[in-house]
Amino acid sequence: MSKCVCVIGEFRAGNFRRVSFEAASEGRRVAQALGAKLCAIAVGSGVAEKAAELGDYGVDKLYVADDPALEYYVGATYVPLIADIIRKCDPALVILPASVDGKDLGARLAAQLQTGLAQDCTEIRVEAGVIKAKRPIFAGKCFAWCEWKGNAVPVISCRPNVMDCLVAGEGRKPEIETVAVSLPAANSRVIGLDVDTSGKVELTEAEIIVSGGRGMKGPENYAMIEELAKILGAAVGASRAAVDAGWRPHSDQVGQTGKVVNPNLYIAVGISGAIQHLAGMGSSKTIVAVNKDADAPIFSKADYGIVEDLFSFVPMFTEEVRILKSTCS
Amino acid sequence: MNIVVLLKQTPDTESVIRIAKDGRTVATEGIKWIINPYDEFAVEAALRLREQHSGQVTIVSWGPQRVVESVRTALAMGADSGVLIDDDALAESDSLGVARALAAAVKELAPDVILCGSRAVDYDLGQRGPMVADLLGLPHLALAVAIQSDGSKITVDRPIEGGKVTVEADLPAVVTLGGSHAVWNPRYASLPGIMKAKKKPLAMKKLVDLGLNPDDCGGGAAKIHITSLEMPAERAPGRIVNGGLDAAGKAKELVRLLHEEARLI
Repeated sequence: MSKCVCVIGEFRAGNFRRVSFEAASEGRRVAQALGAKLCAIAVGSGVAEKAAELGDYGVDKLYVADDPALEYYVGATYVPLIADIIRKCDPALVILPASVDGKDLGARLAAQLQTGLAQDCTEIRVEAGVIKAKRPIFAGKCFAWCEWKGNAVPVISCRPNVMDCLVAGEGRKPEIETVAVSLPAANSRVIGLDVDTSGKVELTEAEIIVSGGRGMKGPENYAMIEELAKILGAAVGASRAAVDAGWRPHSDQVGQTGKVVNPNLYIAVGISGAIQHLAGMGSSKTIVAVNKDADAPIFSKADYGIVEDLFSFVPMFTEEVRILKSTCS
Repeated sequence: MNIVVLLKQTPDTESVIRIAKDGRTVATEGIKWIINPYDEFAVEAALRLREQHSGQVTIVSWGPQRVVESVRTALAMGADSGVLIDDDALAESDSLGVARALAAAVKELAPDVILCGSRAVDYDLGQRGPMVADLLGLPHLALAVAIQSDGSKITVDRPIEGGKVTVEADLPAVVTLGGSHAVWNPRYASLPGIMKAKKKPLAMKKLVDLGLNPDDCGGGAAKIHITSLEMPAERAPGRIVNGGLDAAGKAKELVRLLHEEARLI
């Protein structure tokens, strides 16, 4: 097989995660630009029967490794298995999701393959046959363009929620190769898995985020934020001030120490906009800020600013959204 | 328990980032340097493990002489000794080059546990821990928000998208720290701690001292490099929703704008 673009899917709890399709779509675009074929790697427990979903993104060849022992990502089992497949398909570049597990996998693959990894990329370009990747540094205060030297195979992890998903279903059937799984004696293992099935939206993958800061004044007032989030189908975020005060769990923290998010809509409530918070949410497509202090730095980033007391404004806004939703549905 | 913390010095998170004249590095004039916050969490976690199991905490870092101050800060927090790899060859290294240097330094110390931040707040490469683990053939547990050890194994809680996993590894192992200040609440250096830190051993090493050829770790060996930096696109100026409206009127208007203009709800 001539040089290909190799995409790694992420399969968990019986399904591919959406980031897999984002990575596959980007893989497809890059493969077209390079005139290369597209290979995909599907690893997991029960992944064989779902593999076609990944194949549907214009994949020419699909490597499938299905084994009950691959139920959850563990570096010790996944890395050698995937590194072997990559060596076999000898790709021009490797693309994978910059998810929690994907970032670990990418770094270990780069070490195994003795190459360079560009983590959390927001754009991949092919210019005159040269592959370039753009990635945020300093939590998005700046962006770096990276290139690879000599014959190093680029490994690129793609930031969730950035790459456009192609519409699946080119009707092309990929060639499928089943990969024999022989697992080494693992020196690490998963001993507990607690997956939230409440349908709570993950911050880094959310299309809408409602975030509360110091202006919320106390943990009890977040009910207001949660209600608005629920009506919007949004995830709830928080500033560092709110997390440090113990009002919200650390997993909600948006900022340079915390999560970097890029939803379509970010609603900042009672957040003044410290530089490290702005870094974490500044790439959101549309930003709404609600703050009673008209001089708050957050307004410099906001597409729509509301200078009001949040305790009176948010319930009114929630009610208006509720009315809109009820008339639209 | 013999614990190593891999520590990176980074600009303060409050820093305003500007691109240097060369167009591919960040201007460092006027920057305040700190311990990468995630590595500070690692120092805290290491000190807590030592409190339970006794033993030694060694800080391993790399970079120019300004990094001494950050290593001394970790010593003042309570770490026992430090190693600083100060070698000009590392200035243009990629992640793998730095990981090779760190792995060599770690190997000499033969630790039970190696801790570091899951990321650094500067270049956010997210590779140091997993690469060092891979080079040393050790397990790596990523993004820990809680750590426990019985001395032969180490167990961490790790958030994943929409849930949490508990992972366990046999020692020796590499653990990279996630979480936040609120989770780890790293201790401040006390005044006696600062005084003591001045006398704690801090070894300066070159790559050759670690049995490495600088050509294998430096810019010449780098597989990936930054060709240019650019600032994020300026956002179009926003607007304050006003129009003489009261709060209820602004609520209505904001919903209209998000629905009809932005088409987001």
